[in-house]
Amino acid sequence: MSEGTKRDSGGRVLLWVFAEHDGERLARVSTEVLGRARELAVELNGEVWGILLGFGVRGLCDELICHGADAVLLGNDPVFAGHDIGVYCRALTDAVLEHDPAAVLMGATDTGRDLAPRVAARLGTGLTSDCVALGVQHETGMLLQVKRGYSGEMLYTYVCPEHRPQMATVAPGALKAGPRDTLRQGRVVPLPVSKPGEEPMITVLRDEKKEAVELNPEEAGVVVACGRGIGGLDGFRRLEQFAGLLGAAVVGTKEITDCGWLPESRLVGQTGITVKPELYVACGVSGAVQHTCGMWDSGVIVAINKDPKAEIFRIADYGIVADVNQVIPALIAELRKRQGLGGSGAGG
Amino acid sequence: MSGYAGLRMGDGGEEVRMELIVCVKQVPAEGRGAIDPVTGALKRESAPAVINPEDLCAIEEGLLLKERNGARVTVLSMGPPQAEKALREALAMGVDKAVLLCDRSFAGADTLVTSYVLARAIRRLGQYDLVLCGRRSADGNTAQVGPELAERLGVPQVTAVRGLTVRGDRLLAERALELGSQWVEAKLPAVVTVSRRVNTPRQASVEDILLACREKEVAVWGAEELGIDGSSRSFLRPATRLESAMLPERKERRGELLSGSPDELARALLDRFEQRQLVR
Repeated sequence: MSEGTKRDSGGRVLLWVFAEHDGERLARVSTEVLGRARELAVELNGEVWGILLGFGVRGLCDELICHGADAVLLGNDPVFAGHDIGVYCRALTDAVLEHDPAAVLMGATDTGRDLAPRVAARLGTGLTSDCVALGVQHETGMLLQVKRGYSGEMLYTYVCPEHRPQMATVAPGALKAGPRDTLRQGRVVPLPVSKPGEEPMITVLRDEKKEAVELNPEEAGVVVACGRGIGGLDGFRRLEQFAGLLGAAVVGTKEITDCGWLPESRLVGQTGITVKPELYVACGVSGAVQHTCGMWDSGVIVAINKDPKAEIFRIADYGIVADVNQVIPALIAELRKRQGLGGSGAGG
Repeated sequence: MSGYAGLRMGDGGEEVRMELIVCVKQVPAEGRGAIDPVTGALKRESAPAVINPEDLCAIEEGLLLKERNGARVTVLSMGPPQAEKALREALAMGVDKAVLLCDRSFAGADTLVTSYVLARAIRRLGQYDLVLCGRRSADGNTAQVGPELAERLGVPQVTAVRGLTVRGDRLLAERALELGSQWVEAKLPAVVTVSRRVNTPRQASVEDILLACREKEVAVWGAEELGIDGSSRSFLRPATRLESAMLPERKERRGELLSGSPDELARALLDRFEQRQLVR
């Protein structure tokens, strides 16, 4: 039995988490996936391995172990410095063939979206994208991969019964990172580096990162969301100002990221990130389920929209039926007044 | 190994001709389906089928390359017989050739199967320079088919492209990434997936649509035409299986409606934030 649990030579089920990093820090989504993999490993009596590729990244091994890895498969070599998908794909597929993990998980990020399907196709296995939950089926040990459906509202659970490894990408913000345990112990397994020769598949000519975004919406306590109702760029600039005064991260609906006012990393909903802040202020957001499925677990939801029939009011704790471009300037003025008078409590 | 046809970049302005392949999928029109009164889920079968929006951009990008560099554009779609409509639309827009990949045994395909069938069809078409796909479909939304197809063809993939030029045997592309833009170069042949902002797809005229329906041909290839038989039929079995579906419960909201002038609203809202200690 146990078709879902191929074992490595040590006899334990291996759950692999591909670790994304910028050379210095682990991507948050990687810690989130590690956190869940750790819980699943307990159910399966298995091991979590972090897969770490890069150059000069040995220091991140401890980080992976603190976040739940039992072992780190480390490829620390100049060939991995360029983040070339072809090189990564080859290293990862070779490692899979050698160690036979039951599952390979990674974040649904630019890198994950490029790498996971390439690896899955090379290995001839299944892949479920943008999972919002992961579980284990008790009878079979198979990985339950939960993703949102077309409308965003339904949740669909997929399994990969016959092919291994089971592969999934996980939506950033959907899973919860475990506590960072600095006392955890783990081992480092070196990843043999295949000899160079494979020409890089694409050459990066230039990278132009927008100014570092100060606040990560998945971590922010307060999030201000911009929808189509904002009208124009002037309205959007005011919304940014309002968010700045609130100490909030700015996110948007698809219309807003499609027109380029916000990068795609700020898209909340079915095709983007999931956020659960204490306070979510939806400005000119209609409340289509493709958006709300990424935020409805927020603590307090405020909706400002001039259309009283807007769907967003159905999930709001506080509703304001008014033109968002009249309310936001008033909010900015009032916030300034209160903050100028000595900050919190002054206006109460 | 791959089918690079060789670019004939004209030094003296002679005809330059690339072979371009565009892969498209029919999806339910956005925001058009009925909502199931029981589950609250969108009933996708009730929505009219259209070409996936990003796939339309892929067709447009192919046509722009044809106009700039000289190319033949072939459009492929794997789908049920009704998907022929999508191919006729593509023909009306100006593509040169259309092939529907249709077979009972393709039903229920996941991305692994889809990429296999598309790769077989591309091999059958012969030499090619560039395959264009939409970055992701509006319904399945996996963004997997492009990279999986690139892997099966053994060529580079350049995903999330919002600007594309071809020069000689190389492509230059601007990618729209989460944190900004990236400019890359890749050797042809390659698979490119385009994002919505790459262009604005043209609208076919009524005459073109009528012409495409009356006079243009859509070839139909099934498993047999693609040489999928015997042991290779196992590639048509999806690796992933839908196990269950559920409608998650949502938190009940108290729902207080605030009213007043903008200034009154601002004060009322910020008072509540402070009472609940939501802002510092």
